[in-house]
Amino acid sequence: MGEEVKDKILREVRKDFLQEQLLSGKRFDERALDEWRPVEVQKGVITTAEGSALANIGGSKVVAAVKFDVMTPFPDRPDEGAFITNAEFVPMASPGFEPGPPNENCIELARVVDRGIRSSEVIDVTRFFLEEGKVLGLFLDLWILDHKGNLTDTAALAACAALLDTKLPKVENGKIIRGQGTQSMEMKYKPLTTTFIKVANNFLLDASHDEEYAKDMSFTVGTVEGMVSSIQKSGQGGLSKDEVMNCVDVALKKSDELRRYL
Amino acid sequence: MGKMPGIVLFKDGKRLDGRGPHDLRKLHIEAGVLEEADGSAYVEWGGNKIIVGVYGPRECIPKHFSDPYKAILKVRYVMSPFASADDHGRSGPNRRSIEISKVLKEAFEHVVLTNQFPRTQIEVYIEVLQAEGGTRVASLTAAAVALADAGIPMRDIISAVAVGKIDGTLVVDLGKNEDNFGESDVPIAITHRDKEIVLLQMDGLLTKEQLEEDIQAAIDASEQVYQEQARALKNSYEKGERGKLKM
Repeated sequence: MGEEVKDKILREVRKDFLQEQLLSGKRFDERALDEWRPVEVQKGVITTAEGSALANIGGSKVVAAVKFDVMTPFPDRPDEGAFITNAEFVPMASPGFEPGPPNENCIELARVVDRGIRSSEVIDVTRFFLEEGKVLGLFLDLWILDHKGNLTDTAALAACAALLDTKLPKVENGKIIRGQGTQSMEMKYKPLTTTFIKVANNFLLDASHDEEYAKDMSFTVGTVEGMVSSIQKSGQGGLSKDEVMNCVDVALKKSDELRRYL
Repeated sequence: MGKMPGIVLFKDGKRLDGRGPHDLRKLHIEAGVLEEADGSAYVEWGGNKIIVGVYGPRECIPKHFSDPYKAILKVRYVMSPFASADDHGRSGPNRRSIEISKVLKEAFEHVVLTNQFPRTQIEVYIEVLQAEGGTRVASLTAAAVALADAGIPMRDIISAVAVGKIDGTLVVDLGKNEDNFGESDVPIAITHRDKEIVLLQMDGLLTKEQLEEDIQAAIDASEQVYQEQARALKNSYEKGERGKLKM
């Protein structure tokens, strides 16, 4: 549908209002700048998948599902399996989402979540080798069902919970026997993301949909326990080195609060 | 369709999962599970988990699709790639889901008072998150609740159920194995007050008498489906809270 004129006007009005609020140190919902909205995680919601979870941050809802298939390995990595992440902005999630192939925001989200998990090395793709020419592929699907802002952190939380819920499938004669896996993924970390938006030189953690309308840019820090595993600066605005380091500092602390729900 | 060697679907008056011929699988519906959508519903029906979001009536895009006399309905039924117990599927619509979307849309065109909203569109988005046979009737049942939850005026509410034949016996609400290996599958959608049939498909091989029996069995069973739809809507109004999704 694209952005209508009324959306553009609304964005400007919201921006003005939020900036005014922020001068007195307040957000739309009276939260502190570094405060999460209510968080809920439910694991094992999809029994047709090898692992799954529903995550809810402040009303944003994402179902993550992990499924394995037998596939041929990539030619340059013949003894490794694959890890493939795909996000879908399901059109019911927002009046602005349209049916059709994933747009750039959707692809960015999938890739940011993917990078955070991949670089933390929690998925050992060498365990996915079956026999010559046959490996397991791990498909991580992120289904965005309700958009109340901060989809990246909600999707990353759902993804991490789904991976923790995952059982490696039982394989016999090069075929997966569904529903009989017992081995867990043995993850050494819990990779998550922490996203800030910048509005008039303030950095807001876990922005709501309304706040996102007013953002100059957003900054996502992927973390594991005590370390940074990925970063994505997104949107037009810029930020200083000090601001980057400050965000990383807050992200390392605040992501641990999310880990308690896992 | 076709026999699966070595599996008896019906024995001693009981089906594979222990149900009698006229028993429905466990059915639970929640209305208003999403915050952003104008109306929504979540259904768990046996092993099916389906979520529906409704938007509208709102401006019709693209404009040349709009009808100066009524709202147009758009229904999109899709199955997620993780919905089946088999391999990871592909996302997005395919030939099967496009046909299902079409027959579901036509069922709702019969009851939604589209003439009250000229030049607009009403969108119904159906996402099958987990499938275990009978997804089209479960989708339709949930979509009816989501439309009502969105406050869209309808002449009647639609309830749907599949009826079929396994090992020569008429059974109601087929599960996945009964659907795949039974002898016939008849999904039917019925309006509650007028008992009009607004969706009817069939495959398999039935006599005229068996088909009539099937339709009557569906009309009878749809009453139970209706009761759950009504309960879900009432419950959502009584509670007055939106956006709570438990799977």
